[in-house]
Amino acid sequence: MINGKSWKYGDNVNTDEIIPARYLNTTNEKELAAHCMEDIDPEFVNKAVEGDIIVAGDNFGCGSSREHAPISIKALGISCVIAKSFARIFFRNAINIGLPIFESEKAGIEISDGDNVKVDINSNIITNLTTNKEYSFTPFADEMKDIIKAGGLMEYIKVNYCSS
Amino acid sequence: MGMTITEKIIAAHSGHQEISAGQFVYADVDICLGNDITAPIAIEQFETLGVENVFNPDSIVLVPDHFTPNKDIKSAQNSKLLREFALKHQIKNYFEVGRVGIEHVLLPEQGIVVPGDLVIGADSHTCTYGAMGIFSTGVGSTDLAACYATGKVWLKVPETIKFIFNGKLNEWVSGKDLILHVIGNIGVDGARYKAMEFSGSVITDLSMDDRLAMCNMAIEAGAKNGIIEPDDCTENYVNGRAQREYKFYSSDADCEYHEIHEYDVSTLSPQVAIPNLPENVRPVEELSDIAIDQVVIGSCTNGRISDLRIAAQILKDKKIHPSIRLIVIPGTQAVYLEALKEGLIEVFIKAEGVVSTPTCGPCLGGHMGILAEGERALSTTNRNFAGRMGHPKSEVYLSNPAVAAASAITGKITHPEKIN
Ligand code: SF4
Repeated sequence: MINGKSWKYGDNVNTDEIIPARYLNTTNEKELAAHCMEDIDPEFVNKAVEGDIIVAGDNFGCGSSREHAPISIKALGISCVIAKSFARIFFRNAINIGLPIFESEKAGIEISDGDNVKVDINSNIITNLTTNKEYSFTPFADEMKDIIKAGGLMEYIKVNYCSS
Repeated sequence: MGMTITEKIIAAHSGHQEISAGQFVYADVDICLGNDITAPIAIEQFETLGVENVFNPDSIVLVPDHFTPNKDIKSAQNSKLLREFALKHQIKNYFEVGRVGIEHVLLPEQGIVVPGDLVIGADSHTCTYGAMGIFSTGVGSTDLAACYATGKVWLKVPETIKFIFNGKLNEWVSGKDLILHVIGNIGVDGARYKAMEFSGSVITDLSMDDRLAMCNMAIEAGAKNGIIEPDDCTENYVNGRAQREYKFYSSDADCEYHEIHEYDVSTLSPQVAIPNLPENVRPVEELSDIAIDQVVIGSCTNGRISDLRIAAQILKDKKIHPSIRLIVIPGTQAVYLEALKEGLIEVFIKAEGVVSTPTCGPCLGGHMGILAEGERALSTTNRNFAGRMGHPKSEVYLSNPAVAAASAITGKITHPEKIN
């Protein structure tokens, strides 16, 4: 169960905004977290607290393949991202590193900045506790669920390919 | 039901006779690419697996091109990680400074990727190689790490959108303008998760450099891959370069397309994408009053020899505007050398531009030409997000190399036909 306060952004939030290239000379998760969302919202790292949720419009995470983007979000302690839709490389990176993401057209539109939001992964339901509205999200393919259940692609590979 | 070229290549790499859009597969990878930004994370991830050897060192390509020659100590540490990993695992396709080029110019040029391949790269513009009839797509670092260990990648077979280009291109209009036109038409998520297949008589007549520039920007429409059916142009390009056997695939006549878009491009003029999204596309004539500070000619979109040739053709015996900084970056050492032999480098220097060693450099705001607050660049690169080339309050406009060269002369966005 995920429960947190929402920070709301618009359409086409790109990976340069999530983690600008000037910080891509490191792979250190803490350093990346310190600059999360810097070029779209310089105050984000100061105001977001552990467990908070990012809510956005269409095509969240578009642009480059940099895994530094979902890593910085996860390392900051953001519990999940809800968006109307995700750019595909960001989508697979999030699955691969175990950052929960949920695609929901209506939730992406209707949840406002500051709303208190709950996500029940087992029942596929997002609840906006502030407005008492419920939304469903697009379920994952079974094969993706296997990766998510394992805790990410590396864990999945360890069990399924590297055990012998 | 027939299959698209994209479906056929994925089927051939996942042990299926037939495959259809939406299907989930683990596919065998011919080539997996990483660079000095993305491979360090992949190497660290791979090392957590406790596996002694990589699946196949010959399928791994490491190209330190983004911050090299190393711009600072941290970048140097990352490059060192690549170098040591390449040495340890006997990876022959590792490119040290002096041999390196921008990855998506380098791999086709060196024949490392060949038609019929399935290629993944931890770089979003890996979709470039579709121009050679390859299924190639951008992934993340963890995908790359998994591929180092298993030789495979997980994929959902994409639906395909077909784009047919009819008519005859005007002078100064290139592959870059065609793809900008398409992105302007369908938007930055118009092909999200989809394959973009480019065809029609205009594509048949297009050079490989222009085809590569087109497929390069498929990601800017959100696509998984861009692809062009191989033909004589492909054969001429790969013959003599290909390091492995290659195979031409094509779409069946009865395959299923998600959508088909048809364009008559006879009246198309050079296109410019204005800030801050590649979909904000305008004909160059509409932007003629916009003053700029910097012009960049290079990148994995337009850093090939034909791009430098057309820029030099315009800049020959001219000087750039006093207020302009012109930065020219050949895509690879081979492109650089060819440009040198043809006298193009001399043209750029005499015009008072600077010429850099091959690097991604300013394209991603890395180094070699960062913008200050409020500055504006016109660039032949592929992304114009806010702050992409430097300060969050700087601007990037995107164009083809001819428009970029013409604008360097006038100091304002300019149609090349205005330069005599
Ligand atoms: S030239 Fe630009 S877009 Fe191409 S690989 Fe380098 S940074 Fe990426």
